[in-house]
Amino acid sequence: MAALDLHIDDIGKRFGAIDVLRGICLRVAAGEFVTLLGPSGCGKSTLLRIIAGLERADQGHVRAGGRGLDAVAPKDRDLAFVFQSYALYPHLSVHDNIAAPLVMRELSSLERLPVIGALLPGAIQRKRSIQERVRQTSGLLKLDALLERRPSALSGGQRQRVALGRAMVRKPKIFLMDEPLANLDAALRIHTRGEIARLHKEMETTTIFVTHDQAEAAALSDRVAVIFGGELRQVAAPADLYREPVDLDVARFLAQPFLNELAVAAPIGGGLMIGGSRIIIRDALGSGLAGTLAFRPEHATLAEKDHPGALPVRVTRIEHAGIDAHVFVDAEAGAQFVARISAERARSLRDGDNLGLTIDAERAWFFPSNGSRQRGDHSGTV
Amino acid sequence: MILGQSSSSRIVSHAVLVTGAIIMVFPFLWMILASLTPQSEIFDGSLLPTPTLHGAIDNYGTALSAIPLLRFMANGFVVCLAILVLQIAIAIPCGYALAKLSFPGRPILLVGVLLGLLVPVQIPTIPIYIALAKSGLLDSYAALVLPWIISVFAIFLFRQFFVTFPDEVLDAARLDGFSELSIAWRIMLPAAWPAVVSFSIFSIVAHWNDLYWPMVVITNPDMMTASLGIAYFRQAGEGAGNVGALMAGGVLVTAPLVSFFLLMQKHFIRGLVLGRH
Repeated sequence: MAALDLHIDDIGKRFGAIDVLRGICLRVAAGEFVTLLGPSGCGKSTLLRIIAGLERADQGHVRAGGRGLDAVAPKDRDLAFVFQSYALYPHLSVHDNIAAPLVMRELSSLERLPVIGALLPGAIQRKRSIQERVRQTSGLLKLDALLERRPSALSGGQRQRVALGRAMVRKPKIFLMDEPLANLDAALRIHTRGEIARLHKEMETTTIFVTHDQAEAAALSDRVAVIFGGELRQVAAPADLYREPVDLDVARFLAQPFLNELAVAAPIGGGLMIGGSRIIIRDALGSGLAGTLAFRPEHATLAEKDHPGALPVRVTRIEHAGIDAHVFVDAEAGAQFVARISAERARSLRDGDNLGLTIDAERAWFFPSNGSRQRGDHSGTV
Repeated sequence: MILGQSSSSRIVSHAVLVTGAIIMVFPFLWMILASLTPQSEIFDGSLLPTPTLHGAIDNYGTALSAIPLLRFMANGFVVCLAILVLQIAIAIPCGYALAKLSFPGRPILLVGVLLGLLVPVQIPTIPIYIALAKSGLLDSYAALVLPWIISVFAIFLFRQFFVTFPDEVLDAARLDGFSELSIAWRIMLPAAWPAVVSFSIFSIVAHWNDLYWPMVVITNPDMMTASLGIAYFRQAGEGAGNVGALMAGGVLVTAPLVSFFLLMQKHFIRGLVLGRH
């Protein structure tokens, strides 16, 4: 089915004195799955509501398939919205909830009346077609056995599927989802995540998905747009985002779950001073500013104490996490780091062991104090 | 039963409740018994009149034949129903707008509604009477119905009910193609059902029993409502002084309301409790 591309152009929004969104530009290709990722209160939900037309932007434009949407009413935008709270109609059965968007769009107000409506020419046929589509959708979402129930008699996961069904049933060109998994328990969240990915693959509808969970974003998205404080910081495929975060906020937000950080003075000939040791980081070459050295635990290894180029460290704590283990170490000058090594290796370590920490010079980042890293631009637009 | 509450304090509280109930019920009991007792025996000095079959036939016969009591009740029914339907038709969209739509002047309008709650009906009686008289509507259903169709109490009650309704459901409805009016009717009305039921009981009881307003605008016996009809019966014609027949009329007029209340009691209490939130 046809999907639409979506152009978000310089969107700005103020609530009182607060800039909720500033100059957001984003291009989403037809059929693409893009996640808006950021901490709560960063403006990602507001952006989604602006795309849906539920909120008016103070500046900027939204276009879908080349058509300007700014003056179009929400119901005429040909998009569907899935809410965090599911927002089902409490007094309607599952069947009627899913049918609601079709009934409101395809039947006249006279045809919607209970008795008279059934007598009008054409109405019977249209009602049958609506019922047919509701049945298809409920089959796809395994809701057949629940059609007569009220939302209050459903579990959270079932309500979530009804909300998805109501959004899917009229085959919108764009899906907007606002943290639809946030109210589910962990196991169900991962299961439903898989369902959403499967549905997206089948329907190929352009989808914008809002979440504050980076694992969810990475699992589902073609690209992730990271928003902080109302600003779009980086748009990239999950793997690129993991490898090349544009600034410290993004790197921190994508930490899973730890990120090593250390404030350092301006590099001297590409070398950063940590206590008495000097280490070379490719990212810092050519920079003349002080900043922050950051690297993921998996980009550091533990070696012998006198290993060349290694920082002398002392093990303080070991946390086992399945196949891997996080080893917390103290370095000179009060610096603390975490290294992720195999659980197998960690078994031979003890608290208080003196070791050497080597940092992967290619994978570690240097964030200069004046903002973003200098590097080839990976965020790009489509 | 609360643990630790002594049985003596329970006896006292029950005694108070029973006394209260007797005081409430006694007039009704007397009315029913008097309606079944011949005129000459009602005031024979005993506390409660003693019913007889021929007294009952006599009294109810007089009540139904001396005045068009059924006509009065039919008038009352039409008027109550028309008032209720129009009140709800106006108050649901108003309550929705005051609770969920943002528009300039909304806080002032809400204050206006609250102030409206404070004005007793007697105050605008004369201007409304003049308006009805000038438009030639006296002695009509319109005169009985129109002054009541905007109920600030209903607007406020529904508004309180709607305020807590989740906004996301309304957003979902707007995306699904509901207009604001269809949101009010198809989503808010069903959600407010308990409040609608309790308001309906309140409105029907108030207007069925209302003597003041019909007395102001109605002089033609054909247009009289039930309570005005009973008052008319007491003063005019054969009914005057016939207490037994008057009580029979009273029983007939009260019966529909009491049975309606008993039928809806559960909803009524639930609605009032929910409205508090």
